[in-house]
Amino acid sequence: MIPNDTPTSQARPGTPVAVAPTEPQAGNVWPIWEVFVRSSRGLSHVHAGSLHAPDAAMALRNARDLYTRRNEGVSIWVVPADAIASSDPDSKGSFFESPQGKDYRHATYYTKSEGVKHL
Amino acid sequence: MSTTPETALPAEETAGHGDINVGVTGASGSGEATASATRITPGNALRPEDIALAVSRGSAKPSEDAAEFALRLGDDALILAQRLGHWISRAPELEEDVALGNIALDELGHARSFLSYAGGLDGRSEDDLAYFRSEHEFRSAALFEQPNGDFAVTIARQFVVSYYQFELYRRLMSSTDSTLAGIAAKAVKEVDYHRDHSAQWVLRLALGTDESRQRMIHAFKVVWPFVDELFHDDELTGRLSEAGAAPQPSSLREDFDRLTGEVLAEAELEVPNVQPTPGGGRRGLHSEHLGYILAEMQVLAREHPGASW
Repeated sequence: MIPNDTPTSQARPGTPVAVAPTEPQAGNVWPIWEVFVRSSRGLSHVHAGSLHAPDAAMALRNARDLYTRRNEGVSIWVVPADAIASSDPDSKGSFFESPQGKDYRHATYYTKSEGVKHL
Repeated sequence: MSTTPETALPAEETAGHGDINVGVTGASGSGEATASATRITPGNALRPEDIALAVSRGSAKPSEDAAEFALRLGDDALILAQRLGHWISRAPELEEDVALGNIALDELGHARSFLSYAGGLDGRSEDDLAYFRSEHEFRSAALFEQPNGDFAVTIARQFVVSYYQFELYRRLMSSTDSTLAGIAAKAVKEVDYHRDHSAQWVLRLALGTDESRQRMIHAFKVVWPFVDELFHDDELTGRLSEAGAAPQPSSLREDFDRLTGEVLAEAELEVPNVQPTPGGGRRGLHSEHLGYILAEMQVLAREHPGASW
C-alpha cells in the first residue's frame, strides 16, 4: 500500500477530504497510516502494515477492509505514520550492541541459592 | 434466528466447518500461542454451500412464494455485485478498490445463498439461475442495475441499497422460513457495515469541496427516482407477510426514511424532490441497462457450459 515516494498531503486527520474522480494530483494524496491488529483477546496489537486514508475514521475502515478480511482480528489501531518516531538504523552499534556481553542482566547468569523455592 | 421444525437446517450443517487454517503450521487447538496479526481462520457462519447442501438433501425446501421472494433478493444482490466489481482498479484509491470489492463479495455471497435456496423449488443450481436465465426472468429492482456513474453515484446507490437491505434483513431474521431467516442473520451484519461505509462517504463528499458536494447532490438526484420501487407491496409480499415469512416492503419505509434522513441532514443535503420511476423489476420489466450487465456476466458460462477452472 506504500508508494515509492513519501507522499505529503494537505489533508489533515479528521478533516473531510474530497475524492478526486480522476487520478489523484500530486500533493493531494491521502496520508499514510500504520495499522496494528490484535488477533485475539489477551494478545497485544501487532503491526500488520500500512495504508492510505483521508482521516482516522476512514483509516480504521480501510484497515478493517484490508487487514481483517480473513478473520484476523478483534481490534485495530491506526496511527498516522508521521507520528511514529523510529530509531536510526545507522546507529545500530551504539543503540543496540551495548547490552551484548552483559550476561549479568540475565537471570541465568546467577546460580540458584540453596533452599530458595519457586525459581 | 427463529426456526421451525419443518424447515430447520440440520445442526450438522449449521455448525462448524472445521479448522482450515492456511499457511500456518502448528496452529492447533486454541491457536493462541501461534496467533499473529495475519492468522487466517474461516470462522463459523452459514455459507452458500451449506444452503446448497441442505437443499440437495431435501432438508431445506422453499415454498413457491419463498422461492420467488428469494429470487428477488438474490437477483438484487447479484446484479449489484456485478456492478460493484467494475470498480476494482478504478476506485479513487487502492484502499477504496478493496472496500468496494469487499462489499461486492458480501453481496455476491448473499446472492449465492438466496439463489441456492430459490433453486431448491425446481432443482436448479445457483449457477443455473445466475447464468442461464434471460433478462425478463430476473426479478431485481431497477436501482441495482443503474450504472456506476462517478464515485458519488456509486456511493449514493450503495447508501440507498444498504439502508434498505438492513431494514429488510433485520426483519427477515424472524421469518417463519428458517432458511430465509438464517441467510438474513448472516447478511444483516455485513449490510450494517455497508451502511457505515456509504454514510461515511456521503458525509465526506457532501461536506468536502464544492466539486465533491455538487457531485453528491447530483448523485442523489440520479438515484432517488428508483427508491420507491424498493418499497412496493404486491400479492407475493402480501401472502408472505400474512404467513410471517417476510415483511411487507412498505413497512420498511418509515425506518429507511428516518435513518437515511439523519445522515442526509448531517451532510446538509435535502431528500431529492424527484418523480419516482414506475418500477416493474419484480415482474421482470427492466431498464435498458440489465441486458448489457447480463451479457457481460453470462457470456463465459454460455459460451463454455460447464467450464471450470
